[in-house]
Amino acid sequence: MDKKKLEQKALAVRQDIIREIHASQSGHPGGSLSVTDILTVLFFDEMKIDPKKPQMEKRDKFVLSKGHASPALYAVMAERGYFDKKELLTFRKINSRLQGHPSMHSLPCLDMSSGSLGQGISIACGMALANKLDKNPGRVYTVLGDGELQEGMVWEAAMSAGHYHLSNLCAFVDHNGLQIDGPNDKVMKVMPIDKKFASFGWNVIKCNGHDVADIKKALAEARKCKDKPSCIIAETHKGNGVSFMCDQAGWHGKAPNDEQAALAMKELGGKL
Amino acid sequence: MANKIATRDSFSKFLVEYGKENKNVVALNADLSGSTMTKAFEQTYPDRFFNAGIAEQNMMGLACGLAHSGKVVFASSFVMFATGRAFEIIRNSIAYTNANVKVCASHAGLMVGEDGATHQAIEDLALMCSIPGMVVVNPSDDVSARKLLKAVAEVNGPAYVRLGRAATPVIYKESQKITIGKAIKLREGKDATIIATGTMVSPALEAAETLAKSGINVRVLDMHTIKPIDKKAILAAAKETGAIVTAEEHTVYGGLGAITASILAENYPCKMKMVAIKDTFGESGKPDQLLKKYGLTANDIVKAVKALKK
Repeated sequence: MDKKKLEQKALAVRQDIIREIHASQSGHPGGSLSVTDILTVLFFDEMKIDPKKPQMEKRDKFVLSKGHASPALYAVMAERGYFDKKELLTFRKINSRLQGHPSMHSLPCLDMSSGSLGQGISIACGMALANKLDKNPGRVYTVLGDGELQEGMVWEAAMSAGHYHLSNLCAFVDHNGLQIDGPNDKVMKVMPIDKKFASFGWNVIKCNGHDVADIKKALAEARKCKDKPSCIIAETHKGNGVSFMCDQAGWHGKAPNDEQAALAMKELGGKL
Repeated sequence: MANKIATRDSFSKFLVEYGKENKNVVALNADLSGSTMTKAFEQTYPDRFFNAGIAEQNMMGLACGLAHSGKVVFASSFVMFATGRAFEIIRNSIAYTNANVKVCASHAGLMVGEDGATHQAIEDLALMCSIPGMVVVNPSDDVSARKLLKAVAEVNGPAYVRLGRAATPVIYKESQKITIGKAIKLREGKDATIIATGTMVSPALEAAETLAKSGINVRVLDMHTIKPIDKKAILAAAKETGAIVTAEEHTVYGGLGAITASILAENYPCKMKMVAIKDTFGESGKPDQLLKKYGLTANDIVKAVKALKK
């Protein structure tokens, strides 16, 4: 898909993120807006998937390791045609398929449930191992938050991906620099992310996480690597696209009120 | 003297046989393949064996990913690390997603022996039973271990199988029929019932012999499945024998005794006693010495039954 169309899709996704979180008055706008462009490129350009056949055997798979960015995942999947966009307004409400954190139990078109940080990348490694074993050409994609890198399990998984040469695995780090309690490096230093992954045997690529062309380029580079898992460190801004949310840790897990939501939608060129 | 086999060896034998008939079987370990006995599987099917290294959390994550890719996954470590350290991954990634992962952990209970308290898992049944949808089995001997492993392998979904390090007496004949969730009546009696699980089934049978000599005839049930538990057998025992003693190599909190007590309290209050580990950690020692010190012998069961019959 060309750059302009991808950007249009990403804008529509951002609008839906605000709608979802405003409707439920609960959820995580900051990390959803920072991961939007990555998910848009993955679901509209990169991954071999078919919304009509979500269980297709040789598909590429996606695990949202930073499960709290579920509003972005739901919005991008609805935009891609996995389910009706109207359902987005049920997000986080009782009896909804769109649980606070992704649940494949309620929403079977998901490849995996997530929410507890550190586990998604490990599961993605397991999926990549299975594909290697079965000679299944499907690739496995996952997105981690930068704060998530503080979970020890991430590095257990990173070690195993390097050890088993999981070249069919590609992990993004959504590097917006902020987590609930403030800047990563004030809460618990995660830098240098590139050297850490490289030392665990990964092919490390950097990109601008809000430039769809640059994300595409990074993914193409990852696909070329045949002996190592790839880690794409995407430089992003928490709350990207909404001026008053941008780079604000306070918007990690807070819903906008009516006025804030209206303002956000105006900035995104849409209506609630 | 009955033949003795450790249930971890039963697991090893089962896994190699089952791996032959089902090519989707994979085994995972965390640097303990020589102790949890997945080594034989590794040697027979090297392509389908994955060592996670000393990283139980990631082992469970890998297990989940493999299971959701169509594999029947057997993940093994010591009980302490498999069910304790990796608890939250079993809960959130395996059970919540209904992943087809069988957590088959060995070195359960005090009988680990000399390694001491850090390696003696005595809370695993409580932990695993607390997870929705988890099948929890605790085999008492070699035959029941292999049959229960086969049974859980053939049901899609998460299960926990508790295995032991030490060799324990073989109780069953190879022809014994064993069904998940259905207790086995090993001995009939009308004066009381001993409901035992795992390593405590043999001492329960021994206790029944001793009690018979003093004119107390007890029923003995092997409650090999802790979840879903055989409620019918528990209530029948209460109604027909009027007194129940539970026996388990596990803490009194949340195991067989606690679950039995809650069923009785809600449905048919009945006199009962629990032979289990009190609110304490274990320590180093020989298995026999530990069982004696922590009140888990046939004699402890005898005393509990007699106290109820006073």
